[in-house]
Amino acid sequence: MEQNGRIDHSIISLEHVSKRFESAGRVKEVVNDVSLEVKENEFVVLFGPGQCGKTTMINLIAGLEPASGGTVTVDGKKVEGPGADRGVVYQTTALFPFCTVMGNVEFGPKSRGIDKKTRRERAQYFINLVGLEGFEKSYPNQLSGGMRQRVGIARAYCNDPKVMLMDEPFGHLDAQTRYMMEEELEKIWQKEKRTVVFVTNNIEEAIYLADRIILLTNCPTSIKEEYIVDLPRPRSYVDPEFLKLRKTILDNTEETL
Amino acid sequence: MTELEKKKQKDKRKFALISVCSLCIFFTVWYIATAVMHLMPDYCLPSPVQVLEAFIYKLGNKAPDGGTLFQHIVASLKVALSGYVLGAVIGIPLGICMAWFRRIDLFVTPLFDLVRPVPTIAWIPLMILWFGIGLGAKAAIIFVSAFIPCVINSYAGIKQTKPVHLWVAQTFGASRTKMLFTVAIPTAMPLIFTGLRISLQAAWTTLCAAEMLAANKGLGYMIQLNRSLARADLIIVGMLTIGFIGTIFSAGLGKLESKMVKGGKKG
Repeated sequence: MEQNGRIDHSIISLEHVSKRFESAGRVKEVVNDVSLEVKENEFVVLFGPGQCGKTTMINLIAGLEPASGGTVTVDGKKVEGPGADRGVVYQTTALFPFCTVMGNVEFGPKSRGIDKKTRRERAQYFINLVGLEGFEKSYPNQLSGGMRQRVGIARAYCNDPKVMLMDEPFGHLDAQTRYMMEEELEKIWQKEKRTVVFVTNNIEEAIYLADRIILLTNCPTSIKEEYIVDLPRPRSYVDPEFLKLRKTILDNTEETL
Repeated sequence: MTELEKKKQKDKRKFALISVCSLCIFFTVWYIATAVMHLMPDYCLPSPVQVLEAFIYKLGNKAPDGGTLFQHIVASLKVALSGYVLGAVIGIPLGICMAWFRRIDLFVTPLFDLVRPVPTIAWIPLMILWFGIGLGAKAAIIFVSAFIPCVINSYAGIKQTKPVHLWVAQTFGASRTKMLFTVAIPTAMPLIFTGLRISLQAAWTTLCAAEMLAANKGLGYMIQLNRSLARADLIIVGMLTIGFIGTIFSAGLGKLESKMVKGGKKG
């Protein structure tokens, strides 16, 4: 695996991680011997074909599923279950439909028993940051897909996690909104730097956002290749360098499919 | 925008008018069939005017069934509400616990599945043997009828909780108890209310059945007794009262639901 000596501290570390699911006596191997280091405040994109086990990798880091082999370490501690240091942004339906925007965003701090004034202030800051000022009292069913996903991002941020795990958060959005949200996410991330592991099967999204792209193989997934993306931000989708990288990665991807 | 709202207002009034029309037509046809054409003898189908007279008479007189309309209403409400409230208060938490705690589910479900298919009315004889024909027996029967839909629907409601919502709560560090109260129960709320609605209907139906068989007061008793006296006017007064009270309860429940169930039924 490629080592980057410039940044010293690695916050997520996967060592020979594998994951098997057993159902009805059949064993299905989903993740096969993945080793990966993610540095502090790095934006890593896991890019791979659909159904390849990307979500499983997110769940392994989040602690929602135990690894069958190997270890996952976050911030020096072995992952043994979900925790507040890892925030997850899922696809649109993961908002609580019975909570307002405010209720969703303050859910994390509220669960941890933080007093109302502090958590309200915090929640308001992140609601403003994602551009939803004035929608605090709206329910998710009154919001558009893009707005819902902003709430999801604000909700994850509001719990102040060390690591943000994003599982195809823009997968359900239309193309136009998707571009907008990618730009928005980058701005938010520039303003509130966090370590991000972002899963997608959209190559433009990957190159637009990533410091580093991890190209995954088909199921059972393993790391096929890594690409450091050091284009200046914000990036342009039509920049020749961007397109070149896109071609390089796609050429490599098709072989795995 | 305001134009649209105005139009909506206008539409609303128009639609309300249609509903009023249906009631008017119903009463007019009834009136013509009875008071004008005399299609049926009065003791089978009195005219709306006779029913109204009977209603006014019944407000102040105990004859011929031993109680004023108000006394019958109070008797019925006492029975219905005590059984219904008890059924909801025990049924909803039980359904929630069955859905949330695997052991309780495994323990209770076989018993519940055995009891569930028994029609509520089949409980009446046993309950009369146990509690006599007073409030106790009828309340117990109504309890059974209200309890079962409450359990089934709160159970189904909790089971609707999406795993992804539980994951989100877990990654926020919520304990299992916290998740029950902050995620699962709010998710179940719409179905819990469906249960309450079905229970209300069941309770009201069972009440009338129970009062027809064993009672000395109540709306069910009143319509049953007046059948033997061939007083169709009083039977209809009783029936309309039952319908009217049922409507009020449903409306009240609907109001409560719109207050308690937030954010629509889907996210």
